[in-house]
Amino acid sequence: MSAFSDLTLDVVKVRADFPILERKVHGKPLIYLDNAATSQTPRQVIDVFADYYERYNANIHRGLHTLSDEATAAYEAVRETVARFLNANKRHEIIFTRGTTEAINLVANTWGRANLKAGDEIILSMLEHHSNIVPWQLLAQQLGLIIKVIPVDEHGALDMAAYRELISERTRLVAVNHVSNAFGTINPIRDMAAIAHDHGALILVDGAQAAPHEPIDVQALGVDFYAFSGHKVYGPTGAGALYGRAELLEAMPPWQGGGEMIKTVGFDGGTSFADIPHRFEAGTPAIAEVIAMGKALDWVSNIGIGLIGSWEQRLLAHANDRLRTIDGLRILGTAPKKAGVISFVVDGAHSQDIGLLIDQLGVAIRTGHHCAQPLLKHFGVDATCRASFGAYNTPEEIDIFADALERVIGMVR
Amino acid sequence: MTPHEAQAELLDEFDIFDNWMDRYQYIIDMGKQLPTFPEEWKGADTKIEGCQSNVWMHHELREGRIHFYATSDAAIVSGLIAVLMRIYDDRTPEEIVATQPTFLRALGLDKHLSPTRSNGLHAMLGRIYQVAENEAA
Repeated sequence: MSAFSDLTLDVVKVRADFPILERKVHGKPLIYLDNAATSQTPRQVIDVFADYYERYNANIHRGLHTLSDEATAAYEAVRETVARFLNANKRHEIIFTRGTTEAINLVANTWGRANLKAGDEIILSMLEHHSNIVPWQLLAQQLGLIIKVIPVDEHGALDMAAYRELISERTRLVAVNHVSNAFGTINPIRDMAAIAHDHGALILVDGAQAAPHEPIDVQALGVDFYAFSGHKVYGPTGAGALYGRAELLEAMPPWQGGGEMIKTVGFDGGTSFADIPHRFEAGTPAIAEVIAMGKALDWVSNIGIGLIGSWEQRLLAHANDRLRTIDGLRILGTAPKKAGVISFVVDGAHSQDIGLLIDQLGVAIRTGHHCAQPLLKHFGVDATCRASFGAYNTPEEIDIFADALERVIGMVR
Repeated sequence: MTPHEAQAELLDEFDIFDNWMDRYQYIIDMGKQLPTFPEEWKGADTKIEGCQSNVWMHHELREGRIHFYATSDAAIVSGLIAVLMRIYDDRTPEEIVATQPTFLRALGLDKHLSPTRSNGLHAMLGRIYQVAENEAA
């Protein structure tokens, strides 16, 4: 046994970093189990905002004054942090976006428009979030593309044999999530990337749900594009990142036009565009948010993403044990490899009732379609309850959640 | 009993409980007493959008009074239907239009079941007033 396996996450120390966990909801201590929607923010990240606006608020990149220089340095340092977080080869392979959704739309509107034509095929999966479906549908309508969908088995795992059947020389792009937001399924991205490349296709990965839970290595995974959102990795909303292989980004035309993204601008056809990454960062970005996202990734690295992931696996196993004993409760998504997400329905108790009533007991879970309507429809439901775990959750909280769940089910039936 | 009196009576009933779990239980139990809603009334025109659960509301005008019938697959929404029926069912269109939903704030329902929670309460109320306005016109 290696020395590492003895290490466990110091959850008391982790929790102390999160002021919001002190809060009470309806007079009960908050138990926050909606981390797949957004994670809470540690004090160190919250403090970035006051520090930024009190000391070095300025527009970045072209200012000669000290404040602009400091803001630019802090902002650009995060590019380095994100590159390290994803193990990207070069820092200019990182483009800052508002989040995963904007990152996917960026690829669809730049690489997609420049490289795809009528009859080309894109492969998505049944597990996708709407944000990795709709941008491709919009593009497909405009360009005449064909979208094919990898089905899932009864456990909510991707049918890899079907993927091999669907892919062909007509496939130009495979766009899949690394971890399913609705079920928590972890997809075999490395294998999927190799298969895509064997057929001359690129692969884009929606990493929004993977980044908070496991180490990401875009080079080892062999992916062409990888996107994630800061607010799901203990950072603020409004900042995220797209990784793209340098030679792909370099060949991509701009998307949004404006300041920051140009080299020169003239009315006589003399407008030329900046090099990557700035070509894709038009306008004043969310400077404080990006710097805060960098602090969040530092916070995660200090704890250790591996340690966070294994802690969440313990929470998931405990939640599985507790929830399985509840009469009439059915867990949706039972793939062998799952992140800390547990989706379920209960006979005789609507998810909306469960969500509203359990909130009265201080427990925050998500109910509804989780922006994955095709997947839920495939499983014959239009809504589930979803509990999703983060570094600060504890087995005791899961016990309180499970007890609360039994109580509210009893009220409704 | 006037709509106003019905609201006052509901307030008295809710006052008995000192916590919201008991109030929710009371709402849920009221919902369980709703009459059966015939399947043939479930259609696109009776479906109410804006809710995480399915809600249908049918109405009939008889002798100048509007009779509402509604159902939901969720327990709390069913209970809210029962609450709304006590205030708005079997009233003239003019009575309905003139009835302000003061009970929402008085019962604390506005805080606990705000529109942002997409619970359907406000969508159902909207439908009731819309029906009454159409019938009054």
